[in-house]
Amino acid sequence: MFDRDRWQEIFEAIGKNKLRTFLSGFTVALGILIFTILLGLGNGLLNSFLNSFVDDAQNVIFIRAGRTSKAFKGFQENRKIQFENEDFEFINSNYFGKVEYATPRIYRNGLAKYKKESGNYSIRAVHPDHQYLEKTIMMKGRYLNEADLVERTKNIVIGRLIEKDLFKNENALGKNLDVDGIAYKIVGVFQDSGGDNEERILYMPYKTVQLLFGNNEDLDQINISYNMAMDTEQAIAFSKKIEEDFKKKFNVSPDDQSAIRVRSFVEDIKETMVILGGIYALIFVVGIGTLISGVIGIGNIMTFSIKERTKELGIRKALGASPKSIIAMVLQESVLITAVAGYLGLILGMLILKLIGNSLEEFFILNPKVDTGVIVVATITLILSGLLAGYIPARRAAKIKPIIALRDE
Amino acid sequence: MIEIKDLHKSYQMGSNSLHVLKGINFSVKEGELVAIMGSSGSGKSTLLNILGMLDEADTGSYFLDEVPIKGLNETKAAQYRNKFLGFVFQSFNLINYKSALENVALPLYYQRKKRKERTEKAMEYLGKVSLAEWATHLPSELSGGQKQRVAIARALAADPKVLLADEPTGALDSKTSYEVMDIIQGINDEGKTILVVTHEEDIANMCKRIVHLKDGVIVEDKPVEQVRASQYV
Repeated sequence: MFDRDRWQEIFEAIGKNKLRTFLSGFTVALGILIFTILLGLGNGLLNSFLNSFVDDAQNVIFIRAGRTSKAFKGFQENRKIQFENEDFEFINSNYFGKVEYATPRIYRNGLAKYKKESGNYSIRAVHPDHQYLEKTIMMKGRYLNEADLVERTKNIVIGRLIEKDLFKNENALGKNLDVDGIAYKIVGVFQDSGGDNEERILYMPYKTVQLLFGNNEDLDQINISYNMAMDTEQAIAFSKKIEEDFKKKFNVSPDDQSAIRVRSFVEDIKETMVILGGIYALIFVVGIGTLISGVIGIGNIMTFSIKERTKELGIRKALGASPKSIIAMVLQESVLITAVAGYLGLILGMLILKLIGNSLEEFFILNPKVDTGVIVVATITLILSGLLAGYIPARRAAKIKPIIALRDE
Repeated sequence: MIEIKDLHKSYQMGSNSLHVLKGINFSVKEGELVAIMGSSGSGKSTLLNILGMLDEADTGSYFLDEVPIKGLNETKAAQYRNKFLGFVFQSFNLINYKSALENVALPLYYQRKKRKERTEKAMEYLGKVSLAEWATHLPSELSGGQKQRVAIARALAADPKVLLADEPTGALDSKTSYEVMDIIQGINDEGKTILVVTHEEDIANMCKRIVHLKDGVIVEDKPVEQVRASQYV
């Protein structure tokens, strides 16, 4: 295998039969190219689907309050349900071990001013856990923390686009921001993959908002994430349990759909994953099919090439080439061509995927890429398929009788 | 050098069996230059193929340099061919994408000789057939006579016991034929055993012994007064 002379012999044969080498190499390169691009686009599709969930943690459960639609236990219908701090604490104390993160939300709007710039922005008053639930990524400074909550500080965290809107090229970190006449200190700037709107939000501690606006304990919504140790069925059951408990707590009819609304992604994700699995399997089957046709292609060309070289191989045998050395020569040539051409196809495919990048985002293809594991597997497959494609023609070549070969004009 | 006893060979042609060699008895001593003559279909090429281990006889015995040649597997046959025999063909059979030098060096490659040694030896034999300055040329750039001389150099490169030439001048004009025969005679003068299959009287007369084949049997086996090819060159 590592005989230098034999390699020299093979390089010579390859170098002096460029068309043949090009044809067989081209088939393989094309096969691998298509395989890589297909797989990359498949991954892009997958990324695009996953991305619709990644804005928020995938194990999030939203608990919202509305108005009752049914009279129940002596209460009239159309009664407004209002969450308070006590309900948030109820979650922390009742579902211990099942809840990973939990935060309340209070929604407000505010006019923010800095120097001559101003703008109207959404405000979310939250618990520090909100960072993990929303997958907020800090660019500068820090997120809200426990101390902000306890001391009811006027610290805020602003989105990347607010900094851009109001501070232009200045660094917002540490600056004071005037929101509806109250000065807040910016302790952090964040980014979020959920789109522009998610990056034009102000976060402040929920207890500060409760103190400043009405001195109450009202909450608009509670978000939690369940423990990932739970499987899908358990997560669905847990979400139902929360709904039942809250309905009981607020004296709401169990079949009232609007008073307490508990929503989780878990069922959506389950469905999507099944569809994605299908798409992925399809892409894989098509890709493997392409690969196989590439391998058959090279087998074909090798067979043809053996036929073309019958005379040469006959001469070699007359000069003392053993069948083994003929097999080795043909196999090594086939493996070399497959491996090199396949690798070129792979690199080219990856390059094309890189060029495509996110330009196909509107077709639900996001960041198409193939990962290292696939590349390793593909490389091994290439070498194996080179062996496979070369073996049958090689054996046929070894069986050539020199006299028949020499008669072949 | 060569000992053949009662050699038979037939080919299966559809349902018919074609009996080509019908009991050949024949021996060649070291240093001989033998012409095997006969019309087409006389079995002379079949005999040469059997001698060259490119084909196997049905019955009979064949000893080459006192080694029995019988029931060899492919690998063994390849080894023996490489060690004992050099071939020269009518259609030259050079590998068209290899230069003259590489063609001559090929049998040495199968003898697992080092590259440097291969090149040196090949150059030496190319010099012997006066083609040293054509070493880097491809067969397509050579004339017929030059191709055959390359083929002879290649056959000699492995230093075989016996040189087998199948119609070596069949594709050449008479002047070039004599040049090639001059080289063959020169090699024979150095002591190499050579068998030449030919149907040309003048070529046969340049050997030292003529064996006539007809319908699969030897009808005549006589020594001849050798005509030197050099006088025509």
